[in-house]
Amino acid sequence: MSIALAQSPATRSATVASPGGSPHPVPGDVLLRVDRIAMSFGGVAALSEVSFVVRQGEILSLIGPNGAGKSTLLNVINGVYRPHAGELVFDGLHFDAMTPERAARRGIARTFQNLALFKGMSVIDNVVTGRNLKMRQPFFAHALRTPAARREEAAQRAHAEGVLAFLQIEPHRDVPVGKLPYGLQKRVELARALAAEPRLLLLDEPMAGMNTAEKHEMARFIVEINRRLGTTVVLIEHDLGVVMDVSDRIVVLDHGQKIADGTPAQVRDDPAVISAYVGAAH
Amino acid sequence: MNASTLTSPAAARPPRTGAVSYRSVLLALVTGLFAFGVLPFIGNDYLFSAVLVPLLVFSLAGLGLNILTGYAGQLSVGSAAFMAIGAFATYNLALRLPGLPLLVSFALGGLLAALFGLLVGLPSLRIKGFYLIVSTLAAQFFVQWVFVKFSWFSNDDASGVISAPRLQVAGIDFGSPAGRYLFTLAIVSVLTWLARNLVHSATGRNWMAVRDMDTAAAVIGIPTGRVKLLAFGVSSFYLGVAGALWAFAYVGTVEPHGFDLARSFQILFIVIIGGMGSIAGSFIGAAFIVLFPVLLSNLAATWLSGVIDPGNVENVQKIVFGALIILFLIKEPDGLARLLQATWHRLRARHRKP
Amino acid sequence: MQFFLEVLVGGLLAGVMYSMVAIGFVLIYKASGIFNFAQGSMVLFAALTFVSLVEKGLNFWLALAATLLVMVLLAVAVGRLVLRPLVNRPPMVLFMATLGLSFMLEGAAQWLWGAQVHALSLGIEDRPFDVGGVFISEFDLFAATTAALLVTALSLAFNRTRTGLRLRAVADDPLAALAVGVHIEGLWAVVWSAAGAVALVAGLLWGARTGVQFSLSLIVLKALPVLIIGGFSSIPGAIVGGLLVGASEKLAEVYAGPLVGGGIENWFPYVLALLFLFYRPFGLFGERTVQRI
Repeated sequence: MSIALAQSPATRSATVASPGGSPHPVPGDVLLRVDRIAMSFGGVAALSEVSFVVRQGEILSLIGPNGAGKSTLLNVINGVYRPHAGELVFDGLHFDAMTPERAARRGIARTFQNLALFKGMSVIDNVVTGRNLKMRQPFFAHALRTPAARREEAAQRAHAEGVLAFLQIEPHRDVPVGKLPYGLQKRVELARALAAEPRLLLLDEPMAGMNTAEKHEMARFIVEINRRLGTTVVLIEHDLGVVMDVSDRIVVLDHGQKIADGTPAQVRDDPAVISAYVGAAH
Repeated sequence: MNASTLTSPAAARPPRTGAVSYRSVLLALVTGLFAFGVLPFIGNDYLFSAVLVPLLVFSLAGLGLNILTGYAGQLSVGSAAFMAIGAFATYNLALRLPGLPLLVSFALGGLLAALFGLLVGLPSLRIKGFYLIVSTLAAQFFVQWVFVKFSWFSNDDASGVISAPRLQVAGIDFGSPAGRYLFTLAIVSVLTWLARNLVHSATGRNWMAVRDMDTAAAVIGIPTGRVKLLAFGVSSFYLGVAGALWAFAYVGTVEPHGFDLARSFQILFIVIIGGMGSIAGSFIGAAFIVLFPVLLSNLAATWLSGVIDPGNVENVQKIVFGALIILFLIKEPDGLARLLQATWHRLRARHRKP
Repeated sequence: MQFFLEVLVGGLLAGVMYSMVAIGFVLIYKASGIFNFAQGSMVLFAALTFVSLVEKGLNFWLALAATLLVMVLLAVAVGRLVLRPLVNRPPMVLFMATLGLSFMLEGAAQWLWGAQVHALSLGIEDRPFDVGGVFISEFDLFAATTAALLVTALSLAFNRTRTGLRLRAVADDPLAALAVGVHIEGLWAVVWSAAGAVALVAGLLWGARTGVQFSLSLIVLKALPVLIIGGFSSIPGAIVGGLLVGASEKLAEVYAGPLVGGGIENWFPYVLALLFLFYRPFGLFGERTVQRI
């Protein structure tokens, strides 16, 4: 399955589809280093000594059979779980105690496998909450509707509208998110993550439960985000066709351990990867 | 028990942006003109003292609890404790610092309630979900005990029931029923405007985010601890002022037994029946709580005089309230506010058809 | 020392009474994950029904049977009218529904049977007798024995019978249990009837002690600290929690009370529970819930 990239003049020259790998300007420095991360739940090891790097501007896919520890790894990266061993180095800074707030402030955003939208709010309000770190006005300014507060609200809202337009969901702006179909909800969650203007975007199965056309669209958006905005993306995905097409590099996990790490071409032919998937099929 | 999600409204209510439409400004102006300029002259004492003032005070209390429970999702069964603090603090300030303007005493009373609210809210940083009820329950019983035990708060009055000082602002006496109504209306109007601005701003969104899914809120960088504490603080401020109004403008006395657990539940009912996460809902719920007993007593005296004897009115009331809560939870969790809104829309739609 | 022991024992035995009410909560919580705020009103309702039937001339055992029947009918009604419509809703909604239910029960109980205090006699005198220098009330001992029997019976029912297994499945995941063919409404009826029966026993014991009156429904509030300390889903926990709350509250009242004019027992258990929540959020015997994202 190949992806038709966004046909915008600015990007067209830089993006030429070629078989067997995705086109890309040379990836930059290391943005995130995952260093011997280990994590267990009640005696069961979910992650054992997982190490890899993510380079600035690349799309890295995390794949592996069910239960391999992929979501757990994402949770560690953005501080929802605290690893029992190992450390993270993000943007040159060491973290052995990452918290979600710290991750957000450093520019890490994510989406969740089971959707973590604020069901009581509309689409635009959900996306605007993604801008909360840019909001400086104190609560009493909000209460009094000072000019500064109104300006800030208008500015952040305008930015959120821009993200809605980018992901083509503006018509649903005022709809309560709970009422939208699943595919659109996933897009709203992506919009909320994007609204924060993240350096690193963690996507946990963004295409789960979608049909082929929806997957196409989502993949297109992800690539656009990476090309146009320069956002580094780490993505968990089960559809190997998508993964092969979109990724610059792939990390394969099985039973909490990294078993492969390389370009799509390298990973595809790796015997360890093949046996992990074939073995898991039983 | 799921310790994370406390509540998620079945039908989401997207808050409008902070901006107001011309129609609602017009509506507000007309209502305001009527409420401030016309009603004081045409209403009678009974209307002011037994209907309007309690309605306004209960609305304010409901508003306070709605901020904490409806918007921020932190269940509280100790609302009356904060009202008590507001009432007793304002009373003591007015009594012992007579030079202090009354409005300042009210504000300080609210602030003291807010400070206590922050204290009671601290456990919410560690404890999630349903267990948090223990904190507000402890607050309810503890505060009531303090005001009963330590007579200093009641100015060592032997009966334990003290009368509130005169309602005087800038030399004008607001002691008459119409005066008390205007005083209450002014305070409640200002505070409602402030609350409305708050919930439609980033503050309100942060509260709702914490209510709907606090783990996701943390992931996008919302400081959930501070957000919860702010909710406790603001909510308690509103409840404190409501308590002071209760004492000064409504019942005219300050006594601990008026702020017991039953009162806390009453405020909770206002919020549930009126609509959680809705400012209008607080008013509608309050109207229901104030008017329904009156309606019921009248019914008992006339139509249903064979079925319900007057002594049992309170019991029937309890049964009906309980049944209504269950009914609303099943059918319309967003309360009367949503129900009325839906009915209004249906009427307008029907009206529009040629 | 002897005084201390007497206060302690008195507190422990009072705690047994709390445990009885708490057990009713645990039953419903274990089976449906709901914190049944109406448990206290069920105690009141059961006691009032029983006492009124007896006052109308009905024989003790007939009245008991009749009341039990009423509680069963109540359980079925609750299942059909309240629990089924709300089956998928978050815990707070269900809790608020039980709040509404408690109001209905209180109102109904007082409407039907009046608001005055009724005396209740179980034929056991509150006679103190001497155990090694410490005075224990005969009645309290009877209550403790009843509680022990109840706990044993319930634990056996839960852990050794197929119904108990089904109940635990339903508590864990109602939808999954439905999918597997468990007859949920029948189970709810069983559990709420059992809770109703426990409420009746508790109501009788409390009523015999203090007279059947409205304040019985306030006991539910004391049960909350008991459950927090003991764990929401453990019957032995309810006992231990009850004993702890009863003992500590009495000791605090007797030893610290005079310093501040008494009345400490009104709020002490809640503050204790709050402290417990910081260090053992699941109670001494409760099950840890792991949050998976």
